[in-house]
Amino acid sequence: MEGGAALVLWIALLALAAARLDRVLEAPGGALDQRLALLTLVLALGAVWWWSWVGVRGGGLPSVAGRGPGSGILPGGWPAFRKNRMAVLGLWIAGILYLAMLLAPFLAPFDPLAMPAFHETGDAGMRLAPPSRAHIMGTDQYSRDVLSRILYGARISLTIGLLAVGISITLGTFLGAVAGYLGGVVDAVLMRLLDMFMAFPSIVLLLAVVALFEPSLPLVVAALALTQWPFTTRMVRGEILALREREFAEAARALGFSRFRILLRHLLPNALPAVVVVATLGVGNAIVLEAGLSFLGLGVPAATPSWGTMVDHGRAYLLDAWWVVTFPGLAIVLAVLAFNLLGDGLRDVLDPRQGGRAEP
Amino acid sequence: MLLYALRRVLTALPLLLGVATIVFLVLALAPGDPASFYLTPGMSPEALEQIRRNLGLDAPLHVQYGRWLLSFLQGDFGQSLVGGMPVRDRILAVLPNTLLLAGVALALAFAAGVLLGVIQASRQHSLLDSVASGASLLFYSMPSFWLAIMMILVFSVNAGNVWGWPVSFPPSGITSDGYDLMGTADQIRDRIRHLTLPALTLALVLAGGIARYVRNSMLEVLGQDYIRTARAKGLPEWKVVWKHALRNALIPVVTLLGVYFPLLLGGAVFVEYVFAWPGMGRLMVESILLEDYPVVLAGSFLFGGMVVLGNLLADLLYGVVDPRIRHGQG
Repeated sequence: MEGGAALVLWIALLALAAARLDRVLEAPGGALDQRLALLTLVLALGAVWWWSWVGVRGGGLPSVAGRGPGSGILPGGWPAFRKNRMAVLGLWIAGILYLAMLLAPFLAPFDPLAMPAFHETGDAGMRLAPPSRAHIMGTDQYSRDVLSRILYGARISLTIGLLAVGISITLGTFLGAVAGYLGGVVDAVLMRLLDMFMAFPSIVLLLAVVALFEPSLPLVVAALALTQWPFTTRMVRGEILALREREFAEAARALGFSRFRILLRHLLPNALPAVVVVATLGVGNAIVLEAGLSFLGLGVPAATPSWGTMVDHGRAYLLDAWWVVTFPGLAIVLAVLAFNLLGDGLRDVLDPRQGGRAEP
Repeated sequence: MLLYALRRVLTALPLLLGVATIVFLVLALAPGDPASFYLTPGMSPEALEQIRRNLGLDAPLHVQYGRWLLSFLQGDFGQSLVGGMPVRDRILAVLPNTLLLAGVALALAFAAGVLLGVIQASRQHSLLDSVASGASLLFYSMPSFWLAIMMILVFSVNAGNVWGWPVSFPPSGITSDGYDLMGTADQIRDRIRHLTLPALTLALVLAGGIARYVRNSMLEVLGQDYIRTARAKGLPEWKVVWKHALRNALIPVVTLLGVYFPLLLGGAVFVEYVFAWPGMGRLMVESILLEDYPVVLAGSFLFGGMVVLGNLLADLLYGVVDPRIRHGQG
């Protein structure tokens, strides 16, 4: 029953994040915002910890074949992961980014949205000011501090990325598991559907959907999820197909467990490490795609400090004020690099021989 | 081989149909009435109704789908809402530019990627290996639009004036003013100069991924018995690596082509936009901003179609390159 409860909690978290989405766009929200974000973080971490550690130790997931006790979701566990320095680096960077995003109101030296008028600052030279001690990353054309805007932009990029991937892996795991387990016509139809979806470059699909539907933030998230679900589905399907033939699955069948139970409690938990890899790499993709959309002016509303929007607005001043475009871009690179490192590291821990497969 | 090719082609066709269907689904699910594109102020409801009938919008959905599919497969994509030109003409005018850019970028990326991958594999765990892997991952993590802007910042003609370097490239367009007045040699030189920055941007993002894949493939091949035999026979190392190992290592890399097509074309959208390269990607973005939906739909279909065709070509190439495939299961 632990698996079912964890599933409910996962969906509840997703719903909570989706409901809070509009708050992501709000101006700096003060103490309540912080407490809410920290609470969410603690809940999420607690849920993951509880499911992967307690579930195994207490014998709740009996078919975690080939793993030592208490090793949780990763075969070989934490020690194996720790040995991969690149992955640990990725985890650190991602962690720092997430913290910076949560603590933005404390870290940001200036208000990211305020546009001080000339008579307020008494100094017209604050427009497009180069990096200095006061403004480490300079100011943009409205005299806004670039660093502060980047810190707040992290909220948007990270939240949208995580939420979109959360939705896509939920959908993808479900579909992939069903297709892999049932096989036959269901599987064939789903695979064809996957091939069709994957034929579209992600950005093209994204652009088509965003263009034809009414622009809004939930649409962007939904469209992003739409571009990422095929990868999870294919991965889960492959894992389930392989796991289905293993001895523990045969034993479960011989014991007379229902197909549903076998799938949910025996096969899926063993497929989860692969899902984690795809999800991590998917967050990187989602961040780049969202930035790209915002860059074109088709993503978040133009007033909000998304990294992509900042690059777009700063383009006009490229040669006069290189910092307005460069630093937001570097932030994107840093975030995507973190998730790519983490994802690659996780993949190496799971299956060191898999290094030859290029999963975009 | 023929059987293999035939089978591959036969799987590609329904895929094309599927791609077209997905595009239609997006259109069908979208809110809004297509007839409203032709709405003018003061139009009577009866006139709008007539327009709907003319466009065939009163027919049941599956009939609409059938008609739409038929015209799409015949290459009739309707009329652009901007200027009324047939969509097909607009697309055909810009498609060659995209193919040129993508083709050159892919060639560059493969050349650099294979070279780097082989060198990395033969010097595994060296400093060069680590640095190259790091650089590959770094470039792979970069958004293409930002890399494009950075290239302009550093290498464009205007930047050359600002920073003061001698070599710089045009940051936009496909040709300079006065192109038609140039001699042939100058024309070719002008084209190459305009192609440099966009192609380089696209290639950089891909080359890293290709290098990594080639490196891993080479490492696997170099561990094989026949390589050990070749070395035992006394063959010089370079022959072992370049003549024997590389050929076998490149086989799975061909399949990588298929995976990278969507990335290549997707990256082209942003690169074309930033460099004002008159290709399909820029057409897509412009059409979206101008709300020219027929072009958006046709463009989406073509992008998907190009990826399917690219995958087909890659599969056929794989059959040519790997004899096991065309004589075996396929």
